[in-house]
Amino acid sequence: MVEVEVRNVNKTFGNFKASDNVSFEIERGKLIGLLGPSGSGKTTILRMIAGLETPDSGEIYIGGRKVNDLPPGERGIGFLFQSYALFKHMTVFENIAFGLTVQKKSDAEIKSRVEELAELIGLKNFTRRYPLQLSVAFARALAPNPELLLLDEPFAAIDAKVRQELRGWLKKTIHQLGITAIFVTHDQDEAVEVADEIIITNRGRIEQAGVPIEIYQAPKTPFVAKFIGESVQVADYTIFKGFEDYEPHEGILRPEFLEIGATIEEMPQPMPVTTEKGIIRGTYFRGSVIQIDIEVKGQLLRGLQGVGDNMTKKYSSDVLIIGDWSICVN
Amino acid sequence: MREPIWLKMALITISAGFLFVMLVMPLILVAKEALARGVEFYFKALTDEFALKALYLTIEATILAVLLNTLFGLASAWLLTKFDFRGKTFLGSLIDLPFAISPVVAGLFFIMLFGRMSPLYPILQEYDVAIVFAVPGIILATVFVTFPFITRELVPVMESQGRSEEEAAATFGASGWTIFSKITLPNIKWALGYGIILCSARAMGEFGAVSVVSGHIRGKTNTLPLHIEILYNEYNFTAAFAVASVLVMLAILVLILRNVVEHYGKDVEHEEIAEPAADLKVGVANG
Repeated sequence: MVEVEVRNVNKTFGNFKASDNVSFEIERGKLIGLLGPSGSGKTTILRMIAGLETPDSGEIYIGGRKVNDLPPGERGIGFLFQSYALFKHMTVFENIAFGLTVQKKSDAEIKSRVEELAELIGLKNFTRRYPLQLSVAFARALAPNPELLLLDEPFAAIDAKVRQELRGWLKKTIHQLGITAIFVTHDQDEAVEVADEIIITNRGRIEQAGVPIEIYQAPKTPFVAKFIGESVQVADYTIFKGFEDYEPHEGILRPEFLEIGATIEEMPQPMPVTTEKGIIRGTYFRGSVIQIDIEVKGQLLRGLQGVGDNMTKKYSSDVLIIGDWSICVN
Repeated sequence: MREPIWLKMALITISAGFLFVMLVMPLILVAKEALARGVEFYFKALTDEFALKALYLTIEATILAVLLNTLFGLASAWLLTKFDFRGKTFLGSLIDLPFAISPVVAGLFFIMLFGRMSPLYPILQEYDVAIVFAVPGIILATVFVTFPFITRELVPVMESQGRSEEEAAATFGASGWTIFSKITLPNIKWALGYGIILCSARAMGEFGAVSVVSGHIRGKTNTLPLHIEILYNEYNFTAAFAVASVLVMLAILVLILRNVVEHYGKDVEHEEIAEPAADLKVGVANG
């Protein structure tokens, strides 16, 4: 069942086209990542769904209802702001209770709901593990039981270590609550890790939408291929052995597409027809892997090797063979 | 780098001397002149029929100007900071106009608009409304001159606070009035207080614009500053200084209030929900 539908939405700020004929659908209960570089229009889309911006044209549906003319408060949404936008002069309780107070709920009802949420974020029994401001903002957005939770760069202000933990927590909590959620991020790792599906925006347009792994394996546009996962751009991939018969074309090469061996016999699956010689231009220790930059036919390529079995020593020679090409072609 | 001691002393002496001559001495002189003919004369000058009338009119004009400008100031600052629209910069400059224009010109402007030469004059006459050379004119002139004070105090504070708290409240379905009274107003209350104080100080002391529109009718359209001028021109120096001392005292009161507001405002406006908030947690647990 479709929870959110955005149909042919356009939005311009002055000369800046923030949304260019944007259309997509989101199924109920899904956690969706709106991913794109800054200025790609992802936050504008989120704000238009929330009703904080008005589209110039197009329609937005939430739960089958056209919401274009509804104010934010009547759309059944919860919004988590990037800066959290907590009400500075109110206590934590008053912050979380605000949505219920506005709805004129009874004191008893408000108290029990706030306690429920305080427990959810671990505020009640001193079990809170995540930053207070984020926790309170999260609880506040959830208090009136929204159908749809919108999160604008929720982890932008949090340091890397905690952010890693928060990703798992967010995914688990959203699925537990069973609500639909859209979160905006410019961090591809975050989107791929947290989201059930991602929608990639660029220059106000939707480039591609789908399950992270599918997008990774089959990017539809050069932008997506470059934006998701690591990659190296190759001006013409037909210069490499095994690809001579194709039309000359630009290619995007991911590091894991390369197999690297000091000699052809050492490669996991020796494939002499697609193996080239290259020169190592640099090796970089990156924690769990070693990045190896190799020049092949004047083209600098990037490969990765697992740490272990003496990698650095093995590849300190300046000749190695690469093979088993599979290239992303656009 | 450390300055030699003589340089320090010289600079301090110059500053202190300047302050003494320009600020402290005039205050002492006002007090001395006011009491030159004894305490009895001082109070007689203050309780003089025309002096009291002038005081009441000044208070009336100040209160009305502050009330109206609080409304205008809140409305214009809200408009300028929470919305985007065409001509926003122009509106901002327009609000600053009273700062740029000489108060005398503002007074003449009201004479042209509502006086005998105005096309509006016959209509005003018909409904028996007197604006120029009457109390409404004085209030209008005071409102005009003090118009930018509150807006200018509010705009930077509201701008730095952004719109996200208001937007957050809107996502919960809070009405415009709820958003204003529960979210915006508590965040700007100190800036508003400061603006009101500045506005009152300026309104009490306004001379130029009011002088033009008042017509100097004793007991009717004279405010305190105008009354002082009349006494002075009549060579009644002691009475003039006695009345002036009232304005000085009001000014000192405003200064004290200003400091109080600044002191508390600093503490409160930078307060946020801080990270170690054990007491807040307990607050939640106990509901």
